[in-house]
This record gives sequence, structure tokens and C-alpha cells, in this order.
Amino acid sequence: MTGRIAFALCWILVLAFLALPILIVAALSFSSASYLTFPPPGFGVRWYRAYLGSSEWLASTWLSFAVAACVVVLATILGTLASLGLARLPRAMQAAFGALILSPLIVPGIVVAIGIYYVFARYRLVGTPVGLVLAHTCLAVPFVVTSVSASLAGLDRRLEQAALSLGATPWGTFRQVTLPLIRPSVFVGALFAFITSFDELIVALFLSGSGAITLPRRMWDDLRFAIDPTIAAVSTLTIVLAAALLGGAHILRQQQIGRQIGTTDG
Amino acid sequence: MATVAIASGRLSRAPLRHTAPILLVAPLALYMAAFYALPLASMLLRSIADPTWTMENYRRLAGDAVFLHVFGTTLRTALIVTLGALAFGYPVALALSRLRQGAATLVLIIVLLPFWTSVLVRSYAWMVLLGRKGLVNEALIATGLIDAPLKLLNTPFAVHIAMIHILLPYMILPIASVLRQIDGALLRAAAGLGAPPRRVFLQVVLPLSIPGVAAGVLLVFVLSLGFYITPALVGGPRDLMLSMLIAQQVDLLNWPYAACLSTALLAATLLLILVSLRLPGVRDVLRTATR
Repeated sequence: MTGRIAFALCWILVLAFLALPILIVAALSFSSASYLTFPPPGFGVRWYRAYLGSSEWLASTWLSFAVAACVVVLATILGTLASLGLARLPRAMQAAFGALILSPLIVPGIVVAIGIYYVFARYRLVGTPVGLVLAHTCLAVPFVVTSVSASLAGLDRRLEQAALSLGATPWGTFRQVTLPLIRPSVFVGALFAFITSFDELIVALFLSGSGAITLPRRMWDDLRFAIDPTIAAVSTLTIVLAAALLGGAHILRQQQIGRQIGTTDG
Repeated sequence: MATVAIASGRLSRAPLRHTAPILLVAPLALYMAAFYALPLASMLLRSIADPTWTMENYRRLAGDAVFLHVFGTTLRTALIVTLGALAFGYPVALALSRLRQGAATLVLIIVLLPFWTSVLVRSYAWMVLLGRKGLVNEALIATGLIDAPLKLLNTPFAVHIAMIHILLPYMILPIASVLRQIDGALLRAAAGLGAPPRRVFLQVVLPLSIPGVAAGVLLVFVLSLGFYITPALVGGPRDLMLSMLIAQQVDLLNWPYAACLSTALLAATLLLILVSLRLPGVRDVLRTATR
């Protein structure tokens, strides 16, 4: 009995350790004090007002949204096409292309960042949104490929074969059979691509220059000077955004599972 | 019958069978070659081609006191963070595998929410907590345990605790995935044969969870090696990690040295991955855990 209580205490403490820092930042963002202090003397939205009233913060927010939106389009199209191809390639080629495409998940961020910076600097891509989009797409694509590939692996190939045998063109088969079946996974990949770009900092540290300062980059620059509660407000907003996207991804995943069960049963 | 014959004819035009899939993969492969693989390769080449082919940079690395010190700090940090994450993560993974559906989902959300909160925001949270006037110091003073605030921020301790916090999900998820697959009949059999819960855990559950532990340890260790944002924000200037030294050398435009250090970091990472993929079970765990 004491063992069971000790065990429960143990994992509940670890969960508190996981959740508390984030909850405290969220609580502090509603502080009415002009500096960070806990517990806050009162509550208010002055730091959200400060954020919304700052043209610099807003410009960075829009830039991050715009870059992430472009990354989503590029990464989702390239990644979905590649997943469809990968699923049909022989094993050895699958492994070779897979290693290239998934490697950004493993290669240390700093190595990727300075490698891209080294070449992009020569082509004047530093300090431009274009440079950020090109680089972030490489980092986001693995999430699209893993999500779409997983759903393709669970797909009943006979459905595609049936469509082809009934006279559908390969493109028609893709549009009317394959795509509807994998659509939730494509959206999950797109969501992860979005958040990967939106939260990305290490590449942005090198590529942002002075002309394309993303939201994480501006937070980083500010943190070097002062731990100002505005950052707590911005952080809370990005946490809420991430939670919303994660919730969306979860619902889409359930749909994907539902679709797969539906097709194998029917 | 005729349509089947036509269809099978369409599907088995042997020489064309692999060309269409390759055309689908090609756009992404070319994209990644142009904007990722080739830039990386050309940067890494600076370590042996500056200005002529030479191994001099690497030879110097072996006797370089700064590099050896930083490499030592990096390995020590990765080791401490990995052990910490294992100690903190295993109980949560075990709880996750034993809880009922609803409670398990709640725990999973608590584990996953920080996972998708950016590393920057989580590092910032620890700056807030560990500062001189931070929450931890205020709480310790309020309870009378200390009189003056402790220096917590910008110390190795801050780096370790923040990195454990950030990397914990990578430890919890693979272990939980293995624990969930353990056949409940084994546990009931052990208990039925008179083994107390402690013994069931030590002799049945723990050995069966080793592949998950190995996968979690690998992930956390490898990711720790390349950590940059967290040590840069909450660490002290003297506890330089390899990634920070690399960034510093790029700022100084010392590309050959930065390329050399990058190669070392990349080689260590890939070596660990390749070795551990050969361990029994780890490959499967990584495959299911990344899904």
C-alpha cells in the first residue's frame, strides 16, 4: 500500500514538474505588475495590450504567420507527393530517399542552421522571408512525410487497383480514391509543418538578419536584455495556438483511424 | 474478365514500374538536395579544404584545450540529462500504461502539451522560475529555508533541469509504448504464482521494458548533444556546449573550425543512431513511437 502511494506521488510530482512552468508563465502574463513577480499583485491584460500596441511585435507575428503559411503549402505538396512515391519504391530506394528526407529530424539544429546560412549568405537570402521559407520547408517536410506515409501503409491497396481496373486514370484514382482516404493525415502533416516553422528559432537566428525578424527571433533578442512580461503574454498566445493545433491534429487522427477501419471492414 | 486483364496489363508494365514513383519523390529530393544537403556538405567540406586539402584542422582538434573542455561539458550534460529524464520519466510511463482510458488521456495531454510548446518558451519559463527574484528563490525564502537568494540561473543546474523538462516526453513516450504492449496475462500469472507487486515489476515488467528504455535513452542523449537554445539562455558563460562553440565560431567567421566542430557533432550523433538501431527491439520501438 505504501509502495502504491509512493509511486502515485512520484508520477504526479513529475507531471506537476512538466506542467507547472508553462502554467506559471501563463499566469504571469496576466499580471498587473510592471515586472515579473509571483504571485502577481493583481490581474490585468496590460501585457497583452503592450504586445498588441507594439508595431515591432505585430510585424514579427505577421512575418512568422506568412512564412509558416508558405512553408505549409510547399512542405505539404512536396511531402505528400514524395510519400506517394516512396510507398511504391523498392525497399533499398525507399531507405535511401527516406534517410535524406527524414534526416533533419536527427541532424543537430545548429549544424543545419549554419550549413544553410553558409550557402544562403552567398545568394543574398539572409534577412529575407524567402530564405526562411526555403530553409523551414526542409525542417517541416519530415513531419508531413511521416504522417502521410503512416496512413499510406494502412491503406488497402486493392481500392486503388479496383479504381484502375474500372478504367480510372492514375490521376483520377489519386483524386477520387487515395486522396480522400489519406486527407486527414495530410492535414495533420500540414499542422505540424506550420508549428515547426512558426516556433523555429535556430535557423532564424542566422537567417533573420535585420530584415526578417520572426516572432521567436524577436523573443530571443528581447530575452537577452530583460525578462519583460510582454514575452510572457506572447508565450501564452503561442502556447494556446500550439494547443489548438494539437487538438485539431488529434481530431484529424481519429478521423484517419475511422476511415481506415471503415475501408477494411467494408 | 477483360477489364481485369487490361488492368493487370497497366499495372505490370515492368520497365515503367519504378519511373512514376521516382518522379513523385524527385521534386522533394531535388529540393532538399539544393537547400539542405548540398549547403550542409559544402559547409562541412570547409573543414578539410581551406584553402587546400588538409587534415590539419582535425589534427589540431585533438590537442585543442577549448574543444576538449567543451566536448567534456557536452557529454557530461547529455549524460546527466539522460539519467535525470529516465528517473523522472519511467514512473510516468508506468502510470500511463496502468491508468484507465480517461485518466491516461489526461496524463498524455499533460505530457504532450509541453512537447509542442516551443523550446524557447519552455526555456523562458525556467528563466522566470530560477532567476534571483524568481519563483523558486522567493518560495525558499518565504519558507525560511534560506535567507539570501541562491544563484540558480546561469548555472549547470539550470541547464540540466530545463533540458530534462524539455526532453522528458522523448523518454516517456517510447517507454510507455513498450509497457502498453506487455501482455497482461504475464503479470497476472506472476501475481497468481505468489510474486508480490515489487517482484512482478522487477522480474517481469522491468526486463520487458528495456527496448523502450534504450530507445528513450538514445533519443534524449542524441538530442541533448546538439542542444543550443536552452544552454544559451539559462546556462552560464563558462558552461559552453558544443553547439554554442560552433555558433560562436561562425560569428567570428572562423568557418574551418566551425565546420570541424560540426563534423564532430554530426559524427557523434550519427554513430550513436547507427549503433543503437542494431540493438534488438530498439528499431521497432522507434518506429512505433514516432507514429
